[in-house]
Amino acid sequence: MLEVQNLSMRFGGLLAVDQVSVDVQEHEIVSIIGPNGAGKTTVFNCISGFYKPTGGKILFRGQEIQGKPDYKISRLGMVRTFQHVRLFGKMTVVENLLVAQHRHLNTNLIAGLLKTPDYREREKKSLERARYWLERVGLIDMANWEAGNLAYGQQRRLEIARCMVTEPQLLMLDEPAAGLNPAETKELDQLIVSLKEDYNVSVLLIEHDMSLVMGISDRINVINQGRPLASGTPDEIRQNDDVIKAYLGEA
Amino acid sequence: MQDLLYFFQQLINGLTIGSTYALIAIGYTMVYGIIGMINFAHGEIYMIGAYTALIAITGLASFGVAWLPLILIVALICAMLVSSSMGWAVERVAYRPVRGRHRLIPLISAIGMSIFLQNYVHLAQGSRNIGFPALIEGGFQFGSSEGFQMSLSYMQITIFVTTLVCMTVLSLFISRSRTGRACRAVSQDLGMANLLGIDTNRIISATFVIGAALAAVAGLLLGMYYGSVDPLFGFIAGLKAFTAAVLGGIGSIPGAMLGGLILGVAESMTSGYLSGEYKDVISFSLLILILLFKPTGLLGKPEVEKI
Repeated sequence: MLEVQNLSMRFGGLLAVDQVSVDVQEHEIVSIIGPNGAGKTTVFNCISGFYKPTGGKILFRGQEIQGKPDYKISRLGMVRTFQHVRLFGKMTVVENLLVAQHRHLNTNLIAGLLKTPDYREREKKSLERARYWLERVGLIDMANWEAGNLAYGQQRRLEIARCMVTEPQLLMLDEPAAGLNPAETKELDQLIVSLKEDYNVSVLLIEHDMSLVMGISDRINVINQGRPLASGTPDEIRQNDDVIKAYLGEA
Repeated sequence: MQDLLYFFQQLINGLTIGSTYALIAIGYTMVYGIIGMINFAHGEIYMIGAYTALIAITGLASFGVAWLPLILIVALICAMLVSSSMGWAVERVAYRPVRGRHRLIPLISAIGMSIFLQNYVHLAQGSRNIGFPALIEGGFQFGSSEGFQMSLSYMQITIFVTTLVCMTVLSLFISRSRTGRACRAVSQDLGMANLLGIDTNRIISATFVIGAALAAVAGLLLGMYYGSVDPLFGFIAGLKAFTAAVLGGIGSIPGAMLGGLILGVAESMTSGYLSGEYKDVISFSLLILILLFKPTGLLGKPEVEKI
């Protein structure tokens, strides 16, 4: 589904990402891990179109997307989150989910003013989808709260719900467990697995929480100082000497 | 009793002018809310709205149309259409090509646009002011015939009602409609809105168009109220409306409404009790004071630096 081949990103004299390759198949959770500053988020930014990579190819469902503008890439069916929460904090919880479905809706202004049957029908459908996901992530009782007033863990879940209403094929999560307590992390863990199992979404994940990564990933890519260090199943990674060295230092 | 009537007269005059300031201020505040920049050509868009309305009224009169509501509605629609397309064009020509550059660049290109539009009207319509027919005449008089008479003209009532209708429609549009929802999302986080597949270019265009349409309404109303238009008509009104937007908190729509009313009342009170010559001094002193003591305006929230 997603294939990143020999991706490089240079900022002036700094080679932030050097020849990194990652691939995500259908129905798979793939993680990127590495020490701070390893270039994980830079890889994400290249894939989602924030940066124009200086080298390498990115293919999404066979189509080359490197260097395309972000909104075009997102329309192909991939959606991402950021390390910090980026909800529309002054809008209500349900509005956050409705606005994410904007492009699936008929936004014709005249139809909106006249409230044509078609317009109402689509509005109803998007409300139903929003309601479904609010129930799914346990936020239905807060539907009319301002999103900015939710607790941090709830905001994280709302972000994932907002991604899901856009009906993506690939979900890219940048440190979704950052700032969550162990109980919330566990909930998140179950949510991500269920997205794969029940909604057939592939997930590309950046995470520091090792128990989360080891528990849910099908495959893991380790990068260190911008370069690929290892890749494989969680078991293989756990036993990889290079990885142990990078994380724990030379013994 | 006399004093009270005199006070109410100033209040009515102030609210009349203030509500038109509010209509224009909305254009500034919406554009600022979305792209964080001031549309310096907005005053000219308002002026062009007034001219278009005048041309439409003259045109209809020459065809012998005499039914007032028809004249007003046609003039309003023409003014809104022309001003909206101007607003759209300003964004396409002066803002979009330089978006994402240093903030001064769109500022300069917008000022250029403003000078261009002003001079274009100079050229096309002449520099002298042109009389604007007072289509709505008469009104109510209060008070004894010997002393001070307070008057509330039908024109003033028209201005109140029209402004009220526009504000209500706008509020409903922003809070209920899909496009309004998208506008709010874009104003909070343009990058994220983009990633969620919202066509942000279209939303930005829409804010320029909506602001311009409201400015055109103000153009028709103030043209009739003052009785004349000239190519510099938009300059002072634009400045005042900008002050109103800052006063209420730039980026906030209720703030623009409130700021407009406060500014209008402050001006008319100054004219009524001090001297008409001081009214600009008062309005710009208000601007300076608010910038000194509450830079975010009355209803604005402190801006959090986006990372």
